Amino acid sequence: MATSKSELPQGTLDLLILKVVALGPVHGYAIAQRLGQVSREVVQVPQGSLYPALHRLEHRGLLSADWRVTTTGREAKFYRLTRRGTAVLAEEAASWQRLTRAVGAILALAPENAE
Amino acid sequence: MKRRRERELEKELGFHLAEHAADLAADGRTPAEARRSAQAAFGAFDAAAEGCRDARPRRWLNETGRDLRLALRGLRRRPGFAAVLLITLGLGIGATTLMFSVASGVLLQPLPFSHPDRLIGVQERTDQATALGNLWAVAVPNFRDARAAETGVRLGASRPLGGIVSRPGTAAYVDGYEISPELLDVLGLAPARGRGFTAADNHRGAAPVAMLSAAEAQRRFGSAARALGARLVFEDVGYTVVGIAPPALSAISGAGDDSVGIYLPLGADPDPRLENRAIHPGLSVIGRLQPGVSLAAARAQLDAVGRTLAARYPATNQGRTFVAQELRPDTGDASSTIALLLGAALLVLLLAGVNAANLLLAHGATRQREMAMRVALGAGRGRLVRQCLAESTLLATGGAGLGLGLAWLGLPLLITLWPQGLPRAAEVHLDARVLLFSLAVAVGAGLLFGLAPALRVPREELETSLRPGGVGGGPTRRLHSVFVVAEVALAMVLLAGAGLLGRAVLRLSAVQPGVDTHHVLVARTALSAATLANPAATRAAWTQVLDRIRAVPGVESAALVDTVPLREGNNQINYWTTSAPPPVGQQPSALATCVTPGYLQTLGLHLLRGRWFQSGDNQGTLPVAVVDESLARHAFGAADPIGRKIWIGLDNDPQTIVGVVGHVMYWGPASDPQAKVRDEVYDSFDQLPDRYVRRWSQLMSVAVRTGVDPRRLLQPVRTAAAGAQGGQVLYEVLTMEELARGSLGQQRFLLLLFGLFAALALGLACIGVYGVLARLAAQRTAEIGVRMALGARPGQVLALVLGHSLWLIAGGTACGLVGAVLAAQVMDRLVAGLGGLDVMALLAAAGLLAAAALGASLPAARRASRTDPVTALRQ
Repeated sequence: MATSKSELPQGTLDLLILKVVALGPVHGYAIAQRLGQVSREVVQVPQGSLYPALHRLEHRGLLSADWRVTTTGREAKFYRLTRRGTAVLAEEAASWQRLTRAVGAILALAPENAE
Repeated sequence: MKRRRERELEKELGFHLAEHAADLAADGRTPAEARRSAQAAFGAFDAAAEGCRDARPRRWLNETGRDLRLALRGLRRRPGFAAVLLITLGLGIGATTLMFSVASGVLLQPLPFSHPDRLIGVQERTDQATALGNLWAVAVPNFRDARAAETGVRLGASRPLGGIVSRPGTAAYVDGYEISPELLDVLGLAPARGRGFTAADNHRGAAPVAMLSAAEAQRRFGSAARALGARLVFEDVGYTVVGIAPPALSAISGAGDDSVGIYLPLGADPDPRLENRAIHPGLSVIGRLQPGVSLAAARAQLDAVGRTLAARYPATNQGRTFVAQELRPDTGDASSTIALLLGAALLVLLLAGVNAANLLLAHGATRQREMAMRVALGAGRGRLVRQCLAESTLLATGGAGLGLGLAWLGLPLLITLWPQGLPRAAEVHLDARVLLFSLAVAVGAGLLFGLAPALRVPREELETSLRPGGVGGGPTRRLHSVFVVAEVALAMVLLAGAGLLGRAVLRLSAVQPGVDTHHVLVARTALSAATLANPAATRAAWTQVLDRIRAVPGVESAALVDTVPLREGNNQINYWTTSAPPPVGQQPSALATCVTPGYLQTLGLHLLRGRWFQSGDNQGTLPVAVVDESLARHAFGAADPIGRKIWIGLDNDPQTIVGVVGHVMYWGPASDPQAKVRDEVYDSFDQLPDRYVRRWSQLMSVAVRTGVDPRRLLQPVRTAAAGAQGGQVLYEVLTMEELARGSLGQQRFLLLLFGLFAALALGLACIGVYGVLARLAAQRTAEIGVRMALGARPGQVLALVLGHSLWLIAGGTACGLVGAVLAAQVMDRLVAGLGGLDVMALLAAAGLLAAAALGASLPAARRASRTDPVTALRQ
């Protein structure tokens, strides 16, 4: 909490969700945990706002969901990537990497080159 | 399905919270602490759930249902408010629906024939135009030749022909048509019963057969079934009824005239004039384009046939050909009346909509805190906007229901009151198109007038609204002012329209049309067919009819006339006053009237020079004519016309002018000054050449001047005219006063409805002004309290509030004046006799409006001036 947090750029949350779900069927709480852990708490979304995004992706046909029993014995809604979701993820991830590489390259410019 | 989804949503979110709390508890927190932290990390539960619902596709359908239920509940809590809105919207939508249903039936509804878009009307066109134009009815031989030619069009023809049906039952005049046998087929119609006409019926000397309308069959024989095969005497000829005509056939008159009672085969008519290609009572010809034939192709083919006939019969057909256009209903000047009334109704609807927006906005302002609270509790702004719109749409739909009810009640009344009878009235219903229209109007109006309050749903200024005593002020107040100005302006336009019509009707009613309209009865008169056998018998029969009528107690004088001023029907002919006729295109036209001596005195014309017709003016003596001052001025300028010669018609010898009479406003006081043909010439029935006597005798009317109320003499005059055998029939009996009133029928009718609409508009505008001022005054209670505490007197407060209202009213009236001037120009073009811009009418309307609106603001101002400063400041 003490570390500085970054605002997520518009649309990035969907990408992150798709990536996390791509690792295997997972429920909402686990997605939230994973996002926090992997990003070392840099990515902090109000956990509630995760769900509208999940539902939107489900209605767009990028995710599918079913109810399963968790290891703790509770029923939870597990999300899986659909084939369309896999394709969209690959496309979006590539585009994101292109963008960050380009932004990184610009930010790495040495001062004397930047006239 | 819906409930399961909600359950699953709750379960999913609940699982998240529980799992998180469990994890935190496992880390060593107390269960209560763990739950709190989990909830904090999650954020607002409702917002998340709402977000998930928003993510669902097509969610708005369910939402709409919920919004509507909420809106209904809200309105039920405020029945007075809802009732005012419903009634005003109902009146607006009702008026619009009413006018649209008339427009829909009269102007939009296609003719009641099969595939009416493939039907054309065919006329003859001459290269040379006369004052009457260059389009003419078709001569029978020309029709026969065109029908026989290969044109890609199947042609049928008709001509109106009324007469007396004398058996079975009492003798009465019946409207009828002669039709060619193929007409029914061309129109795609079939006889309702029995058969139509065949080639065997359609020649001279064939056994006489007739078709009756269902109504006429009912009247004469008791039922359509009993009429089939029965005998009927029409114009002294016995006919066998072979069929019952389909009701749609009467639409060949163009106006859907349901008075048509009898149809005869055209080819069986023995009238020799029908075989004349030059001078003939023409046919109205309808054609059906054959499959694959375009209108353009048909036109070219018909034109080619016309040219061929011109080459074959140069004496009659030189420079004459056929033209065709799409067949359209003939609705006369009803369309301009309908357009004006529809426009006025739309103004009322607009005014009702603005009024509703105003009231909803005022109400919305008081509800602002409720709205702000709901936003704070997590309701999306879009949600609240939708709910405002749901409320207004619900009101508008309710208004539409009410409006449809009003239209349903008002429609028969409107059709009954329509001046001169609404053409195609049978086509006017509240049908699917009308229902769709009023529904669209309702939804559109609901969205429009709901928008203003909806956009006032709070956004940033949440805190101000929630703070006690806080008022969301400025923009709302401005919007209110705009609405009030708009309402006053709309009311101004309608009031000005009503004022314009009112002044015109007052002015025109006072105009003397050149005849003395009091105590005169006119009636078309049909002689029995037997008396038409020869001219001498016919003249004798007329003399006897007139003598019998003159003998009725109370009758002062009686005479014959063919065309009556102010009544439908006229005889426009070309005339000249030099022995060498000018070219056809340059001959002036006049209204010719054929009369018996005494007619001009009976109608009360003024003799300016010379003498009246005399009983000595007859076959052996000098042919004489009387002209009106207008013709005298045009033809002779300042010179004395008495003794000069005038040529009228094609083959007559000149007539000598023996008298000049005052001008008669033949077309009625409204239209006469602008009429194209105004000159008038009278000739004597006693001097009419014998060959015309039969034809003219089918056209004559009697004019009777009475010493008492002419309506009271109707029955004795009818009996006297009928004679011992009951052979003569009076029909279309009217007094000249009725005709004079009828000539201003359109203006009076428009005045009635504009007056109604304007009163409605005035009421709505007053409600608007009152409502807004009351609210503004309430908002300024504290300020007024301060003013009064500092020594302002009640009179000054009164002036303050009234001054504000005066500004709004002045602004509205000014905007309305601009609209009124524009509206007046449109009306002047569509309605005869308004006489251009009437400043007095505009000023009167503005004055009335300002007074009423100020009156409506008085209660609010009075209440403000009675504010008790102590109470006001404590609030």
